[in-house]
Amino acid sequence: MEVLLSIAIGVLTACGVFLILRSRTFPVLLGLTLLSYAVNLFLFASGRLRIDAPPLIRAGASYADPLPQALVLTAIVIGFGMTAYLAILALRALSESGADHVDAHREP
Amino acid sequence: MNANAPILPILIPLAAALLQMASGRLRFQRVVGLLATALLVLVTGWLTLLADDGLLRVYALGDWPAPFGIVLVVDRLAAAMTLLTAVLGFLVLLYASAGFDEEGIHFHPLFQFQLLGLLGAFLTGDLFNLFVFFEIMLLASYVLLAHGGGLTRTRAGISYVVLNLVGSALFLIALGLIYGTLGTLNLADVARVLTLPGYDRALARLAFALLITVFALKAGLLPLSFWLPHTYSAAGAPVAALFAIMTKVGIVAILRVQVIALEPVMPDLLDNWLTTLALATVAFAALGALAASRLHALVAWLVLLSAGTLLVTPAQASAEVSAAALYYLLQSTLAGAAFFLLAGLIAEQRGKAADQFLAGPPLPATWLKIAFLLAATTAAALPPFSGFVGKLMLLTTTRGVAAGPAIWVVVLISGFIVMAALARDGCALIWKHKAAGTPLPGRPVGWQRATATVLLIAAGPLLAIGARPLSDYAARTAAQLHAPGAYVTGVLGAGTTTGREAAP
Amino acid sequence: MNSNLLLLAIPGTAFAAFLLPLLLQRFGRVAATLAAAAVIGSCLALVLQLAPAVFAGETQLARLSWLPIYGLDLSLRMDGLGLLFSVLICGIGLLVVLYAFYYLPGSDRMGRFYSILLLFMAAMLGIVLSENLLLLLVFWEITSLSSFLLVAYSHDKYESRIGARMALAVTGGGGLALLAGILLLGHIAGSYELSVILAAGDQIRAHALYAPTLILILLGAFTKSAQFPFHFWLPNAMSAPTPVSAYLHSATMVKAGVFLLARLHPALGGTDAWFWLVSGTGAVTLVYSAATALFRHDIKGLLAYSTISHLGLITLLFGLDTPLSIVAGVFHIINHAIFKASLFMAAGVIDHECGTRDMRRVNGMFKRMPITASLAIIAASSMAGVPLLNGFLSKEMFFAETVGHPQFEAISWLLPLVATIAGMLAVAYSLRFVHDVFFNGEPIDLPRQPHEPPRWMRAPIELLVLLCLLVGVFPAWTVAPLLDVAAAATLQAPIPAFELALWHGFNRPLMMSLLALAGGVFIYALRGPLFAWQAQLPPLRPRTAFERVYRLFAAAARRVVAVLDNGSLQRYNALLFSFILLLGGWAFFSGPAATLRLPTQPAGEAAYIALFALLLGSMGGTLLYRKRLLAVTLVGVVGLVVALIFVRLSAPDLALTQLAVETGTIILMLLVLYYLPAREAPRSSASRLGRDLLLAFFAGGGMMLITLKMLAAPFATISGFYLREAVPGGGGTNVVNVILVDFRGFDTLGEVTVLAMVALASHALLERLVLTAPSHDSDGRPWSSEAHPLFLSMLVRPLLPLTLTVSVYIFLRGHNLPGGGFVAGLITSVALVVQYLANGNLFAQRRLPRNSAGLLSLGLLLAVGVGMASWLFGRPFLTTAHGHVSLPLIGEFELASAMIFDLGVYVVVVTVVVTVLSGLGRLSERAHSQEAVN
Repeated sequence: MEVLLSIAIGVLTACGVFLILRSRTFPVLLGLTLLSYAVNLFLFASGRLRIDAPPLIRAGASYADPLPQALVLTAIVIGFGMTAYLAILALRALSESGADHVDAHREP
Repeated sequence: MNANAPILPILIPLAAALLQMASGRLRFQRVVGLLATALLVLVTGWLTLLADDGLLRVYALGDWPAPFGIVLVVDRLAAAMTLLTAVLGFLVLLYASAGFDEEGIHFHPLFQFQLLGLLGAFLTGDLFNLFVFFEIMLLASYVLLAHGGGLTRTRAGISYVVLNLVGSALFLIALGLIYGTLGTLNLADVARVLTLPGYDRALARLAFALLITVFALKAGLLPLSFWLPHTYSAAGAPVAALFAIMTKVGIVAILRVQVIALEPVMPDLLDNWLTTLALATVAFAALGALAASRLHALVAWLVLLSAGTLLVTPAQASAEVSAAALYYLLQSTLAGAAFFLLAGLIAEQRGKAADQFLAGPPLPATWLKIAFLLAATTAAALPPFSGFVGKLMLLTTTRGVAAGPAIWVVVLISGFIVMAALARDGCALIWKHKAAGTPLPGRPVGWQRATATVLLIAAGPLLAIGARPLSDYAARTAAQLHAPGAYVTGVLGAGTTTGREAAP
Repeated sequence: MNSNLLLLAIPGTAFAAFLLPLLLQRFGRVAATLAAAAVIGSCLALVLQLAPAVFAGETQLARLSWLPIYGLDLSLRMDGLGLLFSVLICGIGLLVVLYAFYYLPGSDRMGRFYSILLLFMAAMLGIVLSENLLLLLVFWEITSLSSFLLVAYSHDKYESRIGARMALAVTGGGGLALLAGILLLGHIAGSYELSVILAAGDQIRAHALYAPTLILILLGAFTKSAQFPFHFWLPNAMSAPTPVSAYLHSATMVKAGVFLLARLHPALGGTDAWFWLVSGTGAVTLVYSAATALFRHDIKGLLAYSTISHLGLITLLFGLDTPLSIVAGVFHIINHAIFKASLFMAAGVIDHECGTRDMRRVNGMFKRMPITASLAIIAASSMAGVPLLNGFLSKEMFFAETVGHPQFEAISWLLPLVATIAGMLAVAYSLRFVHDVFFNGEPIDLPRQPHEPPRWMRAPIELLVLLCLLVGVFPAWTVAPLLDVAAAATLQAPIPAFELALWHGFNRPLMMSLLALAGGVFIYALRGPLFAWQAQLPPLRPRTAFERVYRLFAAAARRVVAVLDNGSLQRYNALLFSFILLLGGWAFFSGPAATLRLPTQPAGEAAYIALFALLLGSMGGTLLYRKRLLAVTLVGVVGLVVALIFVRLSAPDLALTQLAVETGTIILMLLVLYYLPAREAPRSSASRLGRDLLLAFFAGGGMMLITLKMLAAPFATISGFYLREAVPGGGGTNVVNVILVDFRGFDTLGEVTVLAMVALASHALLERLVLTAPSHDSDGRPWSSEAHPLFLSMLVRPLLPLTLTVSVYIFLRGHNLPGGGFVAGLITSVALVVQYLANGNLFAQRRLPRNSAGLLSLGLLLAVGVGMASWLFGRPFLTTAHGHVSLPLIGEFELASAMIFDLGVYVVVVTVVVTVLSGLGRLSERAHSQEAVN
């Protein structure tokens, strides 16, 4: 199980890094998404892997480590926000470098 | 209220931003923003006074004790940094409220959020919470950078954002490693656990190497610093001025982590490479300043130069050096910000020549010229202003350390380069005129922008005059910082046994 | 104590009042002039107040603490040397003020001039009165700065600006060397206070750091005193107004260097290093610039080089390092200041009257301005060392010292020879100045008709020349006392017996003097051939050379910066990744030996399938990223697999969130994709590809390894606390949710703040943004012109209420079962967005709130408000409370104040997602309307 997850994280990272190194914004966007998957899985794994032990308090159950899950949740959301911002920025760059926008000519 | 003092610097900008979001009216937003930042100055000043008693103020959010809940930790360093942030924020906001804030929407709430991120990053004692505040700070800076529009800003923005997104991913990996190895996230607890047996040292070393890398990216350490000059010189004058403190967040973070967590258990982690790269950064920044063709860009390089100079200090692991570094940090932040604002004003008065080092129409106002002289003297670290005092402190304290000679050579020579460059560029900017030497009807400066700029520039002489009390405070701060044991017990309470247990 | 106050008051007054002329200039230049004179006069008065004590042999100290930890204090010292220099500075300062009043054009209001001049004088006084060497350095650099401003006084001229920059570069740069030297000196002596350092001479000379210290300090002194090879800035500083030259470049600033030699001589002198460095530099400078002076056609140029050569003479004297040579050096400082200042002023008069300073055109002035001429001739003779004048006396002492110097047993003839040659040259150029300017036939087409200057413009010259004579004839009654105390202070020892007199009988020095006079006349007689010879030498233009060197460096810097930073994000990223790999690898392996033992938990085939799907998706997405639609789909698949992994590994909340976020991300990407141009991304070069693959490989491999290692590492965690406290402390059984809204609610607050900012950002960046919507997608198929297919909207519309109820359910149970404000918010917003996709903007707009920023602030307000509410109960921010509630359908559940917090989260999430996505969508509306227009 651990090995499989490690492979998964490794592959996701590799793909993410490769895409981030491309020259266009879109693959970079994809790459960051993949990288964030890898990171989230890794952060999650830092609490170790448990099967059938969701951290929901009930009688006589054992639990997976809840803290990394909470952290990952926060991370996912922040990551989503950042991706959204980057997408918006990419569109703005497109519209400004496109000659149909005034800002493209007015340089500060 | 004393009990809740530590949280106020975070709640004030947050509340201000909420109000400003609730009503989009610019006048209202300005008033709220200025009042809030003024209040912030008072509160942080008060906090700084409180902190000077040398006690650690720990604020447990949600009343959950460390290391389980998130705590804010106020020592002299944190308090002083919040005060610096507040003062800078107030003056910059005053400047921006004279029209810059009209060049786009939502400037004011985003400005408050930027302050929120900075202040939180200085105050929090929890590493994951530090990550959250970094994100707040960064996102706000992304948007503020784009404020005012322009393709240059957007382009610079994309590199800046992508690099920092990778940085955030790295931050999370580092946090994952720290938690997965040490099982805790509170800095003090991390430091404590590091001293105990029973964790994987190699992973711990890796974790902190990555963490330091993240901070170094923010602080502008060569070769991770290339985004900085582009970003800062693309930003509008007030935004760049506010950014002058962002590199310092990374530096303070490195200093803290180094002293509290690393120094006791893995003192070799920053050896050699950090100081070397920091000196390389200084040299590179000096060359950049020599190569710059615009005042605004030149100041951006100077900010990088001061960041590099500060990055020399953590690896020295000496309270004296840290004390000197703190004074240098204070003065270089204010000097950089002042110079950015001044560059903005000068550019407006010179028509098409703007702030390029070309012959242009003469400046209408004498005070701008004098201001430039003061700002340049401070930036070039020439006597008698704060720039010189800071440099003197650094040179004096690094006299003994191993890397001392290298530090001296680089700092002195780069200082010479900057002086020569400023002399030439100043001549071109202030004295070299087109044949028709008549001032242009430039945009009126207005009292807000004049006040903000003058006050920030006056910091140069004032900090030099007040050098003794300031350096004494810096010495006390460094002494407190370099007592990691006190920090740990102060946060976790004396005699804490482990809060950790083997995984269920 | 009283005297100490006086002492502090000397530079104090000057610094306090240096802006006075600028403030008073509105009352006319007379007011400005009087103000300046008053300031200098009061300084002089204060100096004289202290004089008696000095003559009584006391050294007076005063101290104000400034930065004691770092040894920088405002501590001053008034001894003989200080007294001598302060008198020179103030005295000549007064004369210069008077002179400048007539020299500068009447159009000049003079406030600026006098203020900078006073600033300079204040700094100069500071230098000569400093007890603390760091303080001395502070003043030192202020003189560099103020001289920069003075030389560039008429700053619209290129010569002025470049001359000023050279002066600043050389002297300021020397100041940096001096700073280093002083820091070392203080390190050796343990203090920066002169009284300590002067006493610690032996300790200093014995120290290992003596040599570097000496060299750094000498660099400072030599640059300031324009010693070869740093001399070139001084002739170029002649672009300054002549009063400035008379003050800075004869009497004061250039003397700061030799002053420093005199000051530190007891601490640093008396070694071979000192002897060879100082006397060597002095000798070379002396001869070289004496020779150069002869060939300058510009009067001020000649005077500048003669100044350099006389400074070389003084340096040489200090280098010879015998008690008497020191005395001679100090004496010559006085004499040179007197005659050179008067000469510069005379040159200024001539310039002022003739409109040029070219000696090939300015001739026969004796007829036109006899008085000035006679004054200048006397001063020049003093410069040449003619008897009956002060210059003669010190030159005699100099010659006497060169004869039979202990260090020169072997080549005892060399030093006298050098001295005599220098003497000849001095006579020659003095003679040239006198003869060319005042006689030598008639002037050649002068711009102006010269005649005697105004009475009071000449007064300073007259006074100085009178001093030349008095000192020259009655040395013992005039200068002797001052010289004695000054020399004593310099030597820090009783001064040797010597006699200041005109006549010492027929001795070697006298012979040398006569030889020098004769030789000088001879050389001048040969000027014709000499000039011809010099004319065919390659010209030296330090001014252009300086600028060229500067340009060279600037260009080099530009190239370096450009090479290192090509502005490409790809390189930045590559650097970042490489840095991470290198540093991480080093940190990981440099520690204790890293062992890897594989953890083994059974993995069902489901896991393998999941892994396979994930590999497929990610790698496919990577390889096919040019097929962008496909790539997005594959990435979506990966997201789903990740969600499944979360389910499998007992993280239901994560799975839910991941799913919801996934949907949002995909929609987002599709929207972006819709606008981004479909052009092919350029193929990367093979090397680039190789580099990237390598980085990717190591990054991925590294992550895999550290994941394995981490999973196998021993682990103890704090989270047992959360499991224990969730129900009693947090009032919820879903521990993750309790952590989010309670234990670590502060994180969540920050997280929703980030989201809110994203919404603001989308407003700020997308307003007024117009994008042309492509009519075809990337694969060339036309987009459906029918914006919103009817069946879809029919299908989707009833879904809305359903999804909303679901999200309410998810929200309410969140505290106990997987769910919570976050997920609920995402579900709601996704539902809304689907509506929007299906039914179009207008439909959505009608159902969307107007002021989303307001909603955001409401949501955040809920979160913050409930956090602050806990203050009312005297608890810290974000403290929660909870109790039982039961609702139909949902049944018994815990209602915690944290849920209000969660509600805030919910509101923010919905607002943000909807704002961003519909914001992006609205672009297309605009785009289409644009198309309609076109």
